Amino acid sequence: MNLDVTWAKAWITTGAAVMNEHRVELINLDREIGDGDHGENMDRGFQAVLLKLDDLPAEANPGDVFKLVATTLISTVGGAAGPLYGTAFLKAAVAVTGSAELDGAALVALLTAARDGIVLRGKAESGDKTMVDAWTPAVDAADAARAGGADGPAILAAAAAAAEAGAEATEPWVARKGRASYLGERAIGHRDPGAQSSALLLRAAADTAAGD
Amino acid sequence: MIPAGGTDDGGIGTSFEKVLSGIEQADAGDGVVLLCDLGSAILTAETALDFLDDAVRARVRIVDAPLVEGGVAAAVAAEIGGDLESVVRAARSAAEGVPAAPVDPASPPLVTRTVTLVNKDGLHARPAADFVKLASTFTARVTVNGKDASSLLAVMSLGLIRGMTAEISSSDENGAEAVAALGDLLESGFGEE
Repeated sequence: MNLDVTWAKAWITTGAAVMNEHRVELINLDREIGDGDHGENMDRGFQAVLLKLDDLPAEANPGDVFKLVATTLISTVGGAAGPLYGTAFLKAAVAVTGSAELDGAALVALLTAARDGIVLRGKAESGDKTMVDAWTPAVDAADAARAGGADGPAILAAAAAAAEAGAEATEPWVARKGRASYLGERAIGHRDPGAQSSALLLRAAADTAAGD
Repeated sequence: MIPAGGTDDGGIGTSFEKVLSGIEQADAGDGVVLLCDLGSAILTAETALDFLDDAVRARVRIVDAPLVEGGVAAAVAAEIGGDLESVVRAARSAAEGVPAAPVDPASPPLVTRTVTLVNKDGLHARPAADFVKLASTFTARVTVNGKDASSLLAVMSLGLIRGMTAEISSSDENGAEAVAALGDLLESGFGEE
């Protein structure tokens, strides 16, 4: 599908459904190495976004959708994921502001800005066992796909696959940021919940772009 | 002092709205010191700053300090008329532990007065704040039992209760007035029983 406001809304609507569907899985991941509220918080935040999506004016563009997601997540998630995802969507909104339809370069700019927002807010680096470990591979894969001539949906598919691999790769690591970092070696063998929710969200972006 | 803990529905977590409106309520134009413990509280506080007008943001400081001790120290510094930077310093002092006495132990005090505490709570909480507030009005450096008399945390850490004695000293040449005033305050019992 064209990567316009209809796609942006479809992405977020599907993202909300996915967060609801994976609520217990994210809670269990977070219970193992965090405080067990990630699934609950993400579900609450995205359900709140759903209620507001229809209020957007007819002339809204993708950036307006992302800005709405940002402010709603920041005020409703309640855990650290609120400011992190909120800042990601806020920076993404700024990166594509005014564009009615997003081309490959705009998608890479969107993903890069989102990742940079997460880094700015959480100050985590690659390898710290956080959301960044899903987002940075996604940004790199999107950029490589665009350079190789891929179209929008293919760029998002590459990003989603890289985010999933990135989330999985966090399993054997010791965490260096966030609450899991208090656990030391006990975090080994557990996937980072934030990286997992990031991969789910990017998969929703790719699936909706592919028209699934 | 505006508390902004918990989610909107009173659960464990952080509310962006509470933090943002707390900053707005606390801001009387002189500045706001924001104390937060960990995780989402810090990230939410930092995010709230991004949503403030530039002029307001310029006078809001997030201070990494223990919530309770830092809050008490900051509140006293604000109460005695300290500016933003001195409130920040007071809060931060709580993270550094109790400050060392301001005098060189090798230099003997020029003036000393020993007073027995008569009030119920001794030098704790409000009386300690009153004591520190008075000590801060003098330029002379004063100690109480070897601790900085102008540091709330130092004074409270002495744990002085009724019947115990406080030795108020100064090595400064102009310290006599301060020692006398602080001794009088202790003997007055702070208006308590």
